[in-house]
Amino acid sequence: MSNDTTRPQAWWQRIAHPGQFVAWSAPLLWPLTLLTAVLFALGLWFSFFNSPQDYQMGDTVRIMYVHVPNAWLSQFVYAMMAVSALGTLVWRHPLADVSMKAAAPLGALFTALALFTGALWGRPTWGTFWEWDGRMTSTLVLLFIYLGIIALWRAFDDQLRAARVIAVFTLVGAINIPIIKFSVDWWSTLHQPASVFRPDGPTMPGSILTPLFMMFFAFTLLFLVLHLKAMHTEIKRRRVMTLQRKLAQGASA
Amino acid sequence: MSAFLAMLQRELRLALRGGGDVLTLMLFFVIVGAIVPFAVGPDQTLLASIAPGIVWIAAFLAMLLGLERLFRPDHEDGSLILLRHAELPLSAAITAKLIAHWLVTALPLLLASPILALLLAMDLASFWRTLISLSLGTPALAAFGAIGAAVTVPIRHGGLIAPILIAPLSVPVLIFGVGAITSPQSGAAALFLAALSLMAVALAPFVAAFAIRSAED
Amino acid sequence: MIDLGPHAIFIIWAYFGVALGVFGLIGWTLLDARATARKLAALEARKAPRRTPESTL
Repeated sequence: MSNDTTRPQAWWQRIAHPGQFVAWSAPLLWPLTLLTAVLFALGLWFSFFNSPQDYQMGDTVRIMYVHVPNAWLSQFVYAMMAVSALGTLVWRHPLADVSMKAAAPLGALFTALALFTGALWGRPTWGTFWEWDGRMTSTLVLLFIYLGIIALWRAFDDQLRAARVIAVFTLVGAINIPIIKFSVDWWSTLHQPASVFRPDGPTMPGSILTPLFMMFFAFTLLFLVLHLKAMHTEIKRRRVMTLQRKLAQGASA
Repeated sequence: MSAFLAMLQRELRLALRGGGDVLTLMLFFVIVGAIVPFAVGPDQTLLASIAPGIVWIAAFLAMLLGLERLFRPDHEDGSLILLRHAELPLSAAITAKLIAHWLVTALPLLLASPILALLLAMDLASFWRTLISLSLGTPALAAFGAIGAAVTVPIRHGGLIAPILIAPLSVPVLIFGVGAITSPQSGAAALFLAALSLMAVALAPFVAAFAIRSAED
Repeated sequence: MIDLGPHAIFIIWAYFGVALGVFGLIGWTLLDARATARKLAALEARKAPRRTPESTL
């Protein structure tokens, strides 16, 4: 580890150094925020004023415009955490720890919102808020895994140690999620089949796809902006802890 | 191999030394199952139809209870650090622990399951299926439990967090476990359960060893 | 506002809940950032006067 300072570093090592990372990513924050806000405005306008009723679902199709992006994020955020966990375990990179920790609460909220909007869509469509079908059940289990990871982060005092242990658990969860999905599907198959991404192209009319994709990108960008901001905060928090430790040592010396 | 056997012997002797623990666990398993009729009523047909689920829930809870003693005492008296530097690889030591854990927590549950079957008005055919499903599925529960225990061992009060972590991972075990008793495709469910157990038992020692090692350096 | 049909209440609640969640998340992120920045500034201010040339590191 000590020869890292003398060896010339690759560009990706330089930009991934926590201090450097804050320096180059902080100016990105405002433009990305602006873009997110514009996309949300456009997406909301399209979803309320410029999209037709679905011939089957009627106006409740509008719930899909917030449900689908949240459901996508619930899985995307976990994938991101799993990649960060690899970064923690393989390269022992402090930035990967920070990314993992910052993503967990965001993922938990998006998963909860996906369940919430799903329930509100299910009531008028299926006549029940909660149906123990494959997708809702595995999303619920995913929420429990997120909450478990958050509880684990809060239980550790030493964050460096926590990162490695939680990375192991995150990867175990990542292996297990497909198994959970399979078992839950086996257990109950009632949900309608996937209809957006199919090999033969989308089956929804374009007028519904426009707001859907806008909201999709808006929510994904929102996650990226919040994740970036939370990572900056986490880096600062670690600096605070280091300084506090130094002060305590100085006081005792 | 002799080191592995010695490790297994040590674990078994430690677990059985008190003697009371194993009996307490069996008692817990039976009592959890026996308390359900007080909640749902003594209707025989209802009880018979939900009995497989009750037996599995009781087994799941009983296995969670026994987890504390998997790594915690060794962590507290420092022998976990010795195990890390022993000649026997840590993953092999954990395999021995896992086998011992299964022998002292899951095997007693299998022995106690006839009592629950009787109390919950199970017929003989579904009792045999329950026995098979429990013996196929409990290794997976023990393996997931070992991962959860290894992850929470550095936490001072990790006892409450481990079940929260383990329960979502154990969902497939419960689904296929109950499926192997009640579902029309019980054969397929039993095979899935066996596959899950084999995979979990094969991987868990390495994952748990990795978690313990990365927590301590 | 357009007519949302017979299930308007569900649509409104869905958007309202999502807005609440998202704004709550944004607010929490910003508050956390501000509190941490303030703590860091306070610590660095405390450290600065104690700093002598040879003990900067």
